[in-house]
Amino acid sequence: MILITGGRVLDPASGTDAISDVLIDGDRIARAGAGISAPDAEVLNAAGSIVAPGFIDLHCHLREPGQEISETIETGTRAAVAGGFTAVCCMPNTQPINDNAAVTRSIVDRAATAAHARVWPIGAASVGSKGEALAEIAGMQDAGIVAVSDDGRPIATAKLMRQVMEYCNSLGLPVIDHCEDTSLAAGGVMREGPRSIRLGLKGIPAASESICVGRDVEVAALTGARLHIAHLSTRASLDYVRAAKAKGLAVTCEVTPHHFSLIDEDVVYDTAYKMNPPLASRDDRDALLDGLADGTVDAIATDHAPHHPASKDVEFDRAPFGITGFETAIALGLSELVHTKRISLMRLVELFTTGPARVLGIERKLAPKSPADITIFSPDHEWTFRAADSPSRSRNTPFDGREFRGAPIATIVAGRIVYRRPTAAASA
Amino acid sequence: MNEVRLSTTPVLQRPRHLLGIEPLTAEQITFILDQAKPFQEFQRHPLKKLATLRGKTVALAFFEPSTRTRISFATAAARLGADTMNLQAESSSLKKGESLIDTVWTLEAMRPDGIVIRHSASGAPEFIARRLEIPVLNAGDGTHEHPTQALLDALTIRDRKGHLEGLNVTILGDILHSRVARSNIHLLSRFGARLTLCGPAMWIPKELECLAPNIRRVSRIEEAMQDADVVMVLRVQSERINEPPISMDDYILRYQLTPERLRGAKPDAIVLHPGPIIRGLEIDPAVADGPQSCILEQVTNGLAVRMALLFHLVSGAPPDAPHPAKETSA
Repeated sequence: MILITGGRVLDPASGTDAISDVLIDGDRIARAGAGISAPDAEVLNAAGSIVAPGFIDLHCHLREPGQEISETIETGTRAAVAGGFTAVCCMPNTQPINDNAAVTRSIVDRAATAAHARVWPIGAASVGSKGEALAEIAGMQDAGIVAVSDDGRPIATAKLMRQVMEYCNSLGLPVIDHCEDTSLAAGGVMREGPRSIRLGLKGIPAASESICVGRDVEVAALTGARLHIAHLSTRASLDYVRAAKAKGLAVTCEVTPHHFSLIDEDVVYDTAYKMNPPLASRDDRDALLDGLADGTVDAIATDHAPHHPASKDVEFDRAPFGITGFETAIALGLSELVHTKRISLMRLVELFTTGPARVLGIERKLAPKSPADITIFSPDHEWTFRAADSPSRSRNTPFDGREFRGAPIATIVAGRIVYRRPTAAASA
Repeated sequence: MNEVRLSTTPVLQRPRHLLGIEPLTAEQITFILDQAKPFQEFQRHPLKKLATLRGKTVALAFFEPSTRTRISFATAAARLGADTMNLQAESSSLKKGESLIDTVWTLEAMRPDGIVIRHSASGAPEFIARRLEIPVLNAGDGTHEHPTQALLDALTIRDRKGHLEGLNVTILGDILHSRVARSNIHLLSRFGARLTLCGPAMWIPKELECLAPNIRRVSRIEEAMQDADVVMVLRVQSERINEPPISMDDYILRYQLTPERLRGAKPDAIVLHPGPIIRGLEIDPAVADGPQSCILEQVTNGLAVRMALLFHLVSGAPPDAPHPAKETSA
C-alpha cells in the first residue's frame, strides 16, 4: 500500500480540487479523502505538489521495433515517466510498420517486460501506411491497439479516409490523422513565411495542414466517425475543429508543447527546430493558445520523436523531422499556459488526463477502484532541463538548457512508483 | 586618437567568418570595399602574385557545381600567395554517403587556414562555422546568401555610380530562389537603396518585403524599369524540384531585359548579372554586350573582393595593417 499525503488533488473528472490523501492498494486506488490513516502503507509526502490522474500522451514514437538506435520501448517509457506520463500511445511508423496483429503483439509483449509506463499502440490505417489497402485493423484491435493512424503522413485520399472511418466506427476506434497536403508541403522544411524567406529554407504553407483538416472534417460529417487531428498547428485548422464541434461531430484535436511554446521566428540553422508540422507563425500560435483555453483543444500530446544524433547532426535540409518531448511537456504547459494565467491548473491537468482519455473513449479519474495511475508534479519547482541527462536515447530538443518553473515529482503506474524526481523537496 | 580609431574603424576581425551580408554593418561593408579597391588595380599588374598569404592554405569546398566562383576564389588565393586544396562535389566522398561534418573534419585535419564553402543547403556554412576554429567564407548556400557576389556587385555599382547611397535598384527574375538577390537586398538596404523586385508573381512573394525597408514588388517590367539606376538580372532556372515549371516562352515575353525595356530606366542605368548568363532567355544579347552592361567588370571585381576577404580573414592581420597591394605597387 502507498499513501500519498498532503497533496493538492486535482481531478477533472469529479471537479475535485482539495488538499487530500490518496491510498493505493495493489494496482488500484483504495480511497481518496482527507485524513486517511494507513499505518502499514509506504508514505509519499506530496505537500506542495499537485496529485493528478496519470497523464496520457496520445502521440509519441518509441522507435521499437526497427530503430532502436534512436529509442526503445524501455528508454522511451523511462523518459515518459520522468515527464509524468503513465500511459503513452506509440505511433505505428516503426520498422516494420505496425500494420498487423503480429507487430502489435510484439510491441505489447515487449512493453509488458520492459516498459515503465503503459504502452498503448496505435495501428496503421493502411497496409504499410501506403494509403492503399486497409490494414488488419480488427486483428490489431484484438492485439491491443487503441486507435489507427498513418502518422508521419496523412491518410492518403478522401476515399480511403471514408473507408477507414466507416470501418473504425464499427469497431469503436478513433481515427487519428496527420494532416498535410503533401503536394503543397513537398520539399519544405519549416513554416512558409518571412522567416523561411530570410533563412532561404523551403517553406511549408500553413494551408497544407488546414486543407487536409477540412477534408477530414467533411468525411467525418459524411461517416459520423470519431476523428482526431494530430499535432494541430494552425488557426485555420482550429477553426475547422471548432466548427465541427459546434455541429456536434465527434472531432477532437491535440496540440504539442513545442507548437504552443515556440514560433517560426525562433527557427535557426539548428535541426532541433525542424519538426513536422513546423513551428507556426505567431498568429497561429496565438490561436492555439486561445484553443487551449477555450476548450477547442482536447489534449496536449508530445509527438516525442527521437532521432539519433548522427541523423540530426546534418544540414537543415537533410535532417529528419521531429524532436523529443516527454520530459519537458508538463514544464512547458506550466510555464507557457498556467504561470502566464492563460489557463487554470485544473484545465492543464484536463489536457493531460481526461482530455486524451475522452479521445480514446476511456475514463480517467482519481476514485476508488480506478487504476492507480497517478502523476504528482510541482507547479513551482525550479530546474534546468539537460538533454544529456535524459533517459531517452536521443538528444534532439530545442529546450536543452532551458530553465523551468514546474516539474514532475513522482509517477505511479498500476500502484508502482516508477519515477521519483531525485532530491525533489516535495517527495518523502 | 586611438579611441576614435577604435570606435570608427570597422573591425573585420570581429566577424571571424563571412557567412552572409545580413550580419554586417554598412561600415564593415564599406571597409571591405575600400580594401578591395587596391586589389582591383592589382589585377592589371604584369606580375599578379603577392606573398601575403605565403605558407597559408585555403580549402575550397564546393559541394555544389560551380565554375566562376570556384575559379575566382582559387585565383584570388593564388594571387595572394596561398595554396589551395580543392574538394569538388562530383569527386568527393559525399557521393559515397559521407556526412558533411565528416567531410569537413577530414579537410580540417589537413590544417587549412580558411575554408571557402559552396553548398546546396541553406545554413551549411554556419553549420560548419559552429564546429571549426578556422574562418569560413560562404561562397553561396542554398537559397540563403551569396555574400561575395553582393560585395562584388556593390564594388561595381560604387565604381560606376560613385556611391551606394540612395540608389534605385531593380532586381529581375526568380527572387524567391535567389541567394544573390537576398545578399544584394541586405547589402543595398544598408545604404538606403530603394529596391524594386520584379518577376512572375510566384517568384516575388510578399514575405520578401520583410527582408528590408523600402522594398516594393512589381509584376510589370516596364513599371520596374522606371527611374532605375541599377538593373540586376538574375539567372532563370526552368526546372526546380517540387515545383511545376513556368513557361520560358512566357518569361521571355514578359521579363526578358531588352534594349527597349532598358530605355525605360534612367539613361545612365547600369546592368548587372551574376552569371552565367543565358543569352536570349533572361537577357537580350544586345543588352548583355551593350555599353550599360557591367557583366565582365563584375568578374574582375570578384577577384578583388575575394582577395580582400581572404587577406583579412585568413592572414589574421589587424584591420589597419598596411595594404599588401599598395605596398608592392608603390
